[in-house]
Formats: sequence, C-alpha cells, structure tokens
Amino acid sequence: MMTALVPLPVVMPLLGAALTLMLARRPNAQRVVSLTVLGAGLLVAAALLVLTSLHGPLVVEVGGWTAPLGIVLVADKFAALMLVVSAAVTLAVLVYSIGQGLADGDEETPLSVYHPTYLVLTAGVTTAFLSGDLFNLYVGFEILLVSSYVLLTLGGTENRIRAGTTYVVVSLLSSIIFLTAIGLVYAATGTLNLAQLAGRLDVLPENLRLMLQGMLLLAFGVKAAIFPLSAWLPDSYPTAPAPVTAVFAGLLTKVGVYAIIRTETLLFPGGRTGGLLLAAALLTMLVGILGAIAQSDIKRLLSFTLVSHIGYMLFGVGLTTVLGLAAAIFYVVHHILIQTTLFLAVGLVERHGGSTVLDRLGGLARVSPLLGVLFLVPALNLAGIPPFSGFLGKTGLLQAGAAQGHPMAWALVAGGLLTSLLTLYAVARVWNLAFWRAPRAEREGGDGGDGGGRSSVVTLPSLMVTSTAALVVLGVGLTAVAGPLFDLSGAIAGDLLDRVPYVRAVFPGGAP
Amino acid sequence: MTPNLTYVVTVGVLFAAGVTLLLERSLTRILLGVILLGNGVNLLILTGGNAGAAPIAGLAGQERMSDPLPQAMILTAIVITLGMTAFLLAMASRTWLLTGHDEVQDDVEDRRIVRLAEQDADLPDDVDALDDINDLNSLNGVNGGDPRRTHVTEPP
Repeated sequence: MMTALVPLPVVMPLLGAALTLMLARRPNAQRVVSLTVLGAGLLVAAALLVLTSLHGPLVVEVGGWTAPLGIVLVADKFAALMLVVSAAVTLAVLVYSIGQGLADGDEETPLSVYHPTYLVLTAGVTTAFLSGDLFNLYVGFEILLVSSYVLLTLGGTENRIRAGTTYVVVSLLSSIIFLTAIGLVYAATGTLNLAQLAGRLDVLPENLRLMLQGMLLLAFGVKAAIFPLSAWLPDSYPTAPAPVTAVFAGLLTKVGVYAIIRTETLLFPGGRTGGLLLAAALLTMLVGILGAIAQSDIKRLLSFTLVSHIGYMLFGVGLTTVLGLAAAIFYVVHHILIQTTLFLAVGLVERHGGSTVLDRLGGLARVSPLLGVLFLVPALNLAGIPPFSGFLGKTGLLQAGAAQGHPMAWALVAGGLLTSLLTLYAVARVWNLAFWRAPRAEREGGDGGDGGGRSSVVTLPSLMVTSTAALVVLGVGLTAVAGPLFDLSGAIAGDLLDRVPYVRAVFPGGAP
Repeated sequence: MTPNLTYVVTVGVLFAAGVTLLLERSLTRILLGVILLGNGVNLLILTGGNAGAAPIAGLAGQERMSDPLPQAMILTAIVITLGMTAFLLAMASRTWLLTGHDEVQDDVEDRRIVRLAEQDADLPDDVDALDDINDLNSLNGVNGGDPRRTHVTEPP
C-alpha cells in the first residue's frame, strides 16, 4: 500500500501537464492545477522521506512486470530527500513565476505553454530521482532536457534562441554519449536494472568497466557542468526568464550530480576514478570562481559560482568515504535551495533596478531594504559565513577531506577554502556595487533625481517577494535542522556505499 | 556472442560523419549530424542484443528468438530523436527568421573577452614594431626612450 506513493511524483505532474495544456485559454485554472499538483507533490515527497527512513527503500514494479524484465521505480532515502528538496524549490519558483506573470501580463513568457512545460520538467526531474533502471534514467533526463529547451527559448527572442542553441547542442551531445554508454552497458551485461548491474558489472574485466564508467561520467559531467565540460552553462542560463534560470540553476545540474553519486556508488564502487573526480573538483571550483570574479553581470556571475560550487559536491563524492559522501549530499540540499533563492532575488533586482549589469545598478539597499536582505542572506550563505548552512556544508567537506588525509584531499581542502573566500569576494562585490553605493543618478552628478526616481516607484509583486522570502527562510532554517539533516545524509551515504540495502530492496531473494 | 562486423563498421561511419557535421557552424548541418549520431547509437544498441527470429511467443523457441529489449529501447530513442529533430528545425527556422542565417553564434560576453585577449596579444607585436621606429628615432636623435610615446606623438 505504501508503495502506491512511489509513482505519484512522476504521474501527478504529467497528468497536471496534460490538464494545463487543455486549459490553455484559462490562466487562472492553469495556476490552480499547477499549484495543486506541485503542492501535493511536496506532501507525497515528505511522506516518502518519512516512510523510507522508517522502513527502508520502497520499490514499485511498473506495470506489474517483475524486476529484471520490467522497469522499477526505487524510492530510497537519497531519492526521497532529493524529491523533498526539489518539490519545495519547484513550488516556490512556480509561485514566483505566477507572481511575475500576474504583474507582467504575457509579454515575454507565454503562460499557456509555461505551465505544462514546467510540470513536465518536474516530472523529468522526479523520474530521474526515482528511476531504478539506467534506460529509464535516460528517459527522465530527456524529459527534463526537452522541457528545459522549451523553457530556455520561451518567446523565441533573438538572444534566447542564440543562447538556447548552444545549450541544446551541448545537451544533445551529452544525451548521445549517455545513450551510447547504455548500449554498451547492455551489450556487456545483458541488463539495465541498476540493482542487477551492481552485481554484473563487478565481474567484468577491469578495463571494460573503466571505459563504461568513464562514458557515464562524461555524460553526467556535461549535465552537472563539471569543468572542462561546463562552458555551456554561463552562456545559456542567464538569458532565460528569472524563474526559469532559478529552477535550472537549482535543480538541473544537481540531477547530474545525483546521477553521478548514484552510478559511482551503486554501479562502480571502489573509487577507481576518485583521483580524477578530485582533480576535476579542484579545477571546477577554482576556474568557476575565477570566472565569477571577472563578470560584470549578476546573473552571469551567479552562473559561474554555480559551476564553481558543483566542485564542492564532486569533492565529497571523489573522497569515496562515508563522511565525504554525507557532506556532499548535505551540500547538494543546501546548494539547490541557495542557488535558486539567489537567482530569484536577482530577478527582483532586475525588476527593481531595470538591469542586472553591475555598472547600471546602485543604491538598492536604500531604496528597498527588504530586497537587500533577500539578496544578502543567501549570498552570505553561499559564501559560507557561519552560522549558515553553507558554512556547515563546507566545514563537513573540509573535515572529510582532512580525515581522508591523501595529499590530493588536502589540496582540495585548500582549494575549497580559497573558493569560499573568493565567493565571498564575488558576492560582496555585487553587494557593494548594486546595493551599497550611491544610486547611478547621484553618482553622475544628480541630474534632478529623475533617473533615480524610477526605482522608488517600482513596487515588487508580493507573490514574488513572498516566495523568495520563503526560500530565504528555508535556507536559513537548514541551519536549525542541520543536525538531523547531517545524520540523515550520513545514513544515506552509509547505505549508498554499502549497496546491499538498495539491491535487497529490488531483489529480496538476491539479484538473478 | 560476437558482434556483426557490418554493423560495427556502419556504426563507426555514422558516428564519424555525425561528429564531423556536429562541428559545423550551421544549425541545419548540426541537426543532420545529430540525426546520423542518433542512428549510429540505435544501431549500436541493436548490436548489443542477440539476433534471431521475431520475439513473439509461439513463433520460435526461446533460444532462437532475438533480444526484444534493445528494439524497445531503440523505439524510445527514435521517438526522442524525432522530437529533437522537430525542435532543432524550429530553432533553425526561428534563427533564420531573426538573423537571416542559421549559424550558431558565440556568446556576446565571450566575444568581448576574446577581443580583449586579442588586443593584449597584439600589444607585444606593436611594441616590437615601435621598437624599430624607436631605434630609428634614437638614431636621428628624436624622442629617445619610451616606444609608446613615439607612437602617440609623432616627430614633426
């Protein structure tokens, strides 16, 4: 009976998407349907998290076909945790975009397409989290990618088409690599069920396993935006509408990280690529953050910090210790929330200041102290200022690195500290230029205060502010639940490295 | 099971041609590349399963049946490729409408940075050229020393 909950996070958004598509001419009905679906999704995800924590992984054999023949959906603690966080984020972003749509009308975001596509994107993300089958994981990825193509090119303006082309082509290439890897995995093992693969891949020749692992890493690496596969991200994300950028930045790269964690622990244990992952993590952190410092546009700057902080998660994965993995999972949760919040706050900045280019902004803290708080708190959180969750996550990673004690791990500890400092520098720069210094009109000699007067007239739609504030509070609240959350991520990491709970849940009598 | 050599060679050719087209600037050619790559992957997946009679119960013994799973996967992959083809075509058409061509363009910010880098790279060359002028000038006893000043204020 409990297992009936497992397919719901996938089925509900898909049905909702169909319904909103039929209601294309009724924006209000669309909003109600989307909100209901995502709200229910959050409840189901929370219920799944409680159930899996109490009873272990829940498995559903889709269509009643038994495990190695049919596709299974597996909700273990890791998947359930990711479901909860993603449901919270998608719901908040939906409320934000509804607020924006109500305020703007349908100028740049044709709402009739927006809601169905957004719900399909959600379904893709949840499919990827729940999938117990490599090919179904691919399908989940495709669902979320195709809807992300549509969302990224909403309205079809020249800039979005240009940015979208790069994104689509790079994503297509990674999908083709993933599909090739799937074909090879099937040819080598005769199965695509993750639990069954866990056993069958173990007995393959070493070099063949390494090649399969490398191809999967390459495919997921593009999606997770790991350096040197990250160049597409800062070019494509910033041009999309603010809520779209926010949900992409928060979720899509983390789905890639999730897939990396899942395959590295379940399919290819033993940490043979640990050194490679650590080196990639170090480069991702440093190259990303150095790029962020050079930027003059807040959205691009945040996109670069996004790339940079993927490095932290990879750091934890590359250590292949329970401590490292636990810290990485904690960091994923923290980063999904914080990065989304920051992009939503920047969307508000764009409304208020009329731009996200640092040169054109100024004095926002004086005009709107609330906006200042909404940006500053998650920004400090991202940089890792105590007592925020960013600090706790980074401390966890650094401790795990120090505990592992390998020279490479120490290099990453140093790199992590440096990245944290540079992140602080980057967000402090945004704060100083956009919020703290005098408004532009005043700086240029005060031409009657008319130029500065524009921003004081703008009132921010309350739904947008409320949803951003809710995420800010949730991000700060992570500190309060950090203890239990670390315990949970520790338990998840233990289960992942152990592999037995997952395999036994799918095949109670042992894998065939 | 050993894979059929014809399949393997065809897969190789499709991949090579697809990747070559993918490196082009025109979106239409990239699309053709994606289609070729997609077909290559489909064939590769097919190569991974056993060949044999149609996998319908009662037509052949279980050992003589072909593996139905790769075929199911290919069917899914074909549908996805079809959707992507439609989307890329729409994008190419939109780009053509907006800009008059369908070439994938560099990012604005990237182009700015490349220009800056080019300016930096040009500087040493200029300095060398200026050094030559400077040598001439110092021979003539004009404006000796700083090559940049020579550049700014030409001797009358």
